[in-house]
Amino acid sequence: MAPDASLPLLLGLAWLLPLVSFTIIVLFGPKLGKAGILASYLATGAIICSFLLSITAFGIWHFGGLGARADGDGAHSTTIAATPGDMHAAEDAKQEADAHSDGAHADAAHGGEAHGAEGHAAGGHGAGHSVPTSVPNHYTKDWYSLAEFGPLKMSISYYIDSLTVLMFSMVTLIASLIHFYAFGYMHDELHAIEDHEVVLSNGHHLHRPGRFYRFFQYLSLFCFSMLGLVIAGNILMVFVFWELVGICSYFLIGFYIERRSASNAANKAFIVNRVGDFGMIIGLMALWGSLGTFAFGDIKNAEGKVEHGIFSTVRPAEQIAGPDGVTHEPFSLRVPDGMVKSAAMDKITQEGIESTPDQVEVWRQEKYGYWLLIIAGLGIFCGCVGKSAQFPLHVWLPDAMEGPTPVSALVHSATMVAAGVYLAGRFYPVFTGEVLLIIAYIGAITLFMAATIAITAVDIKRVLAYSTVSQLGYMMLGIGLGGWAAGLFHLVTHAFFKSLLFMCSGSVIHATHTNDMRRMGGLRHKMPWTAYTMLIGVLAIYGAAIPFVIGFSGHYSKDSIIAQSLSFWQLNPRHGAILSGLAIAGSGITAFYMFRMWFMTFAGKPRDHHVYEHVHESPPVMYVPLVVLSVFAVTAGFPWLPFSVPKLLEQARYPGAVATAPLLDKVVFPEEYLSHLDPFHSQAEIMITFVALGGLALAVAFYGLRLLNPDEAKSQFAPIYRVLWNKYYFDELYAAIFIRPVMFFSKMIANFDRWFIDGLIHRLAAGVKKLSLLDDAIDRYFIDGLVNLLAAWTWSLGNSLRSLETGRLRQYVMFIVIGTVALTLLVRWSVAAGG
Amino acid sequence: MQILTQSVGVSHYLVVGAVLFISGVVCMAVKRNALGVLMGIELVLNGANVNFVAFGSKFLRSDSAYALGLDGQLISLFVIVLAAAEAAVALAITLNFYNNHSTVDVDRADELKG
Repeated sequence: MAPDASLPLLLGLAWLLPLVSFTIIVLFGPKLGKAGILASYLATGAIICSFLLSITAFGIWHFGGLGARADGDGAHSTTIAATPGDMHAAEDAKQEADAHSDGAHADAAHGGEAHGAEGHAAGGHGAGHSVPTSVPNHYTKDWYSLAEFGPLKMSISYYIDSLTVLMFSMVTLIASLIHFYAFGYMHDELHAIEDHEVVLSNGHHLHRPGRFYRFFQYLSLFCFSMLGLVIAGNILMVFVFWELVGICSYFLIGFYIERRSASNAANKAFIVNRVGDFGMIIGLMALWGSLGTFAFGDIKNAEGKVEHGIFSTVRPAEQIAGPDGVTHEPFSLRVPDGMVKSAAMDKITQEGIESTPDQVEVWRQEKYGYWLLIIAGLGIFCGCVGKSAQFPLHVWLPDAMEGPTPVSALVHSATMVAAGVYLAGRFYPVFTGEVLLIIAYIGAITLFMAATIAITAVDIKRVLAYSTVSQLGYMMLGIGLGGWAAGLFHLVTHAFFKSLLFMCSGSVIHATHTNDMRRMGGLRHKMPWTAYTMLIGVLAIYGAAIPFVIGFSGHYSKDSIIAQSLSFWQLNPRHGAILSGLAIAGSGITAFYMFRMWFMTFAGKPRDHHVYEHVHESPPVMYVPLVVLSVFAVTAGFPWLPFSVPKLLEQARYPGAVATAPLLDKVVFPEEYLSHLDPFHSQAEIMITFVALGGLALAVAFYGLRLLNPDEAKSQFAPIYRVLWNKYYFDELYAAIFIRPVMFFSKMIANFDRWFIDGLIHRLAAGVKKLSLLDDAIDRYFIDGLVNLLAAWTWSLGNSLRSLETGRLRQYVMFIVIGTVALTLLVRWSVAAGG
Repeated sequence: MQILTQSVGVSHYLVVGAVLFISGVVCMAVKRNALGVLMGIELVLNGANVNFVAFGSKFLRSDSAYALGLDGQLISLFVIVLAAAEAAVALAITLNFYNNHSTVDVDRADELKG
């Protein structure tokens, strides 16, 4: 089968299998085996099949060589001869950017010498070293048309490129492992549960039946939604599945719905996400209203005509010469005609200027429609901010840790929260420079803020939650600085090591029945598998490596983000200093809090002997997934593998220069391949190594060797500690400016409702009651009287006829005879009289 | 008394039929025995049958174009069948009545009166 048929089939099946499992469980859940245990087999089987299908698709992609671009300009092709020397020499940043795109055209000429330089310059990153000049190989088509409004179309479609295949493999792999893990973690739910965290009004703890099957039901629904989000071929379908993963997250956070904290956290997650989604809807409207399409790629319709998608509308493939000599380079960002016309609507309708192509070009030069493009980009990014828990909507993610730990590992660290980054990456071709800069700032603020909060957290899952927020900030920063592949690369590696970390923490919580790290300590003696797999995860997020030789997965991905930020710094001293500074400082803080967590949990002496005595290693069904994931946490980043993540990502990179920011005239975004070259790459590698070592040293001093006393540091820096302990007072701030006014307002409304609306309704009811009494009287005396009268008449008539009915047969015969004779005589007489 | 001088025609049969009919009606009116009443019914029906057959015969009518033809005989056959069916039901009712009251006196069967 040709890949354009086999890939959609395989991935489509992989997408729908969890839905089948969900449907069966939702219909027959509790009846599936004892206490619904078969539900877990079903869900696990479905996701494993999905994983196998995804891996098959991955194999088809890799071994079929589908990553190569149409003109042969792919991951293994040419590089340009932009050496570091050129870069330093360049004084005008804008000229520099132009030079790069020129270089991209000249790449064929330099192909020969470039191959020699590849290995050393890239530091083994294996990524493309030029701006690609053709559309990445992808397959996109409509599966099913939902609605058509003239030329506007809503459909279920797919868009499959190497990013889709990569995400499918990653999501299904982690989801499969987590299904296994959950099998061990959730086994309590097979029996009736006494929830010690819920006290009922009668003072007893809550007793409830186990909900094992329901957990797997939601996991299946989540897998379906997540895969649908990844395979979606248009932004509307992304939005639908975006909301579906949101509702799954809501269900899973609120799995222990009787606990007040859990139901609050679920509500918080849902509502905060709505705030982001509101922005996303605005973005969707901006796109739909002006472009008239939701599709990502170009789709051939039934008549064989190509319908342009968003990407090719925003970045046309042709070289277009404008009227005043301004040339549009192929695949560079260009405000689409639709947006220009929407923005110039006043001129068209009121001043009656005709929108000829030349006129549109003039308007385009006057920046008509550019704001619309910014709004579309910002709106979509708004959704990403909510879903990926970026500042200022990050508040929901730490609270989401109320859900069972497998959920935290799958939904709230590896996949769903990464969907925001995925969408930002998917939509990268549409973002203008201004939007990219905002993304970068949001990412940088998030990563630094969350990392600092994590320093003071004592709940093991909250440390990881803030670390997740922080790492998502890194990804956003990478994407925002033009490091598209770097950001998405970090997404993939982070998914592996963060789900590993969460599952380890789950294993610890399973053993200790507490989240509080202050009651742990020394656990590595009792649970070695958990302790050492978690150490691998910690090293991966730390980015441990022998510089320039080999490292954990986190090392490579974080490195490429930092390198990109340095490359950006080179061109934009002011913005770059802030963004790179935050990113580099963040990596040191990451090292500190991750090792703090590991030391507090596993090293030293047990702080709570009661807890320590009951600790036991988790069953194999829980620690084997840990081992598998730790293998990936180490290897997922290796760039020299033939199917390494960066190479796959390069295969999906949209062609064209990185966007410029005409409204901010000092900001220039460097092409990503430049960051793979020295000096940025080696600078990043050295910098990150030293900063992280600093963080590690501090952690060892405080928590490993106990040379310094954390309590003293706490009292020394009391004001800072208080701010961090209270998470920068975000919850309090939101409570003051949003929640309390809303509560006040809703109370007012409630009172209005109670006194005014209810009063009105009560009056109305009294009136209706009176009216009905009157109606009752009419009914009783008039209508009933009529009916009774009729009945009385009938009764008396019947009584009078009764005497005829004697019961004597012979009398009846006589009546008949007399009657007949009488009738005959009557007829005769009447005939005689008549005629 | 023209009828006594005429050759036998439809009217003679009609006389016989009328006699049968009247006998039957009288029988039904005066008999207290249920079986007697049933016999009266048979007489009435057969009186009618005689009329049908007479009207149907082409030999008895001078103007055979007005004769009922086979229709008359068929109707009388039909009446016979009906009479048989009616007799079966009536006899069954009578038998039941006898079982319950040890008599077939129709004057005693007045329990269902209003």
